[in-house]
Amino acid sequence: MRECRVHRTGDLFGQFQTLEQQKETAALGMWIFLATEVLFFGGMFLTYTINRHFYFTAFGIGSNTLDIKLGGFNTVVLILSSLTMAMAVWSAQTGKKKLVTGFLIATLSLGTVFLGVKVIEYKQKFDHHLIPGHGFDMTYRSSHPTPADDPREIAAEKEEVEKAFASDLDTNAHAQLYFSLYFAMTGLHALHMIVGAGLLVWLIKESFRGRFSPQYNTPVEIVGFYWHFVDIVWIYLFPLLYLIDRHR
Amino acid sequence: MSEHIVSWKVYLVIFVLLMVGTGTTVWAAFQNFGPFNIVIALGIATIKATLVVLYFMHARYSPRRTQLVIVCSVFWLAIMLALTLADYQTRQPRESRLSPSVVSYHA
Repeated sequence: MRECRVHRTGDLFGQFQTLEQQKETAALGMWIFLATEVLFFGGMFLTYTINRHFYFTAFGIGSNTLDIKLGGFNTVVLILSSLTMAMAVWSAQTGKKKLVTGFLIATLSLGTVFLGVKVIEYKQKFDHHLIPGHGFDMTYRSSHPTPADDPREIAAEKEEVEKAFASDLDTNAHAQLYFSLYFAMTGLHALHMIVGAGLLVWLIKESFRGRFSPQYNTPVEIVGFYWHFVDIVWIYLFPLLYLIDRHR
Repeated sequence: MSEHIVSWKVYLVIFVLLMVGTGTTVWAAFQNFGPFNIVIALGIATIKATLVVLYFMHARYSPRRTQLVIVCSVFWLAIMLALTLADYQTRQPRESRLSPSVVSYHA
């Protein structure tokens, strides 16, 4: 194996003069990466905006099939996980090594809860024939109610869907556009969460070894940037996907 | 080190503000403000995102060059959104422009 030697004094790599300069450089690099992420997600938001303008009715009924309680719960969970992430950075900066581990574990747990709720939501969409493809049918749920469903809710959905078909014959096609975007956007967001969870596992492992201190906490700070960015994406996704047309 | 340490109290206040913002968004979505529903929803989301960037991500206490990168990313996003939407508004055949009357497309 080729030996790779980097000139390094403790946590300070050779090309930097001070730890502070090293941290500022890492932060700048992370922000540049996040700028590319803004444009990456921006393209999806743009596609969403254009299609929502063209097919507002279909997007509205699609959005109303989402569970606002689960979505709202997930929003709270994700913002709470951002708080615990920020607290992990604070604990590292003030030298509270045990707290760093605790807050990182809390962040990972909340992230896992978010993904678990997302699985429940995706499962519901499978059950209701709302996955874009051959089986897609906007009328399926209201015409196949289960005993667990609230009859008033089913009646309201039936009326809403019938009204949509009356004004737009291609409602099924256009609602599929909504669900394609729903799965693409929340799926991409969930993928970012999974990557973030992997990074957190690594941070937790390092924090057990007492690696993060007031002098050196760059990895916690940088992963924190990433985690908060993913939170911001959800802050936009929640109103755009769940709350399009709730007032009736 | 001379870096600015944000107090845990600040983080807690920001968290409470984000929760208030989330509650307001859900409440506003169930009111009928006509065309302003989307403006209110995106307005609140932008305020929340700004709070996260400024305090959780320490942008307020970052060096100028980091702040420049943040402003640039938003600016590039604005270019992409504005020019593409302007394209859809002006280059398509008249019937399929972004306007409320586009439903007649398949008639």
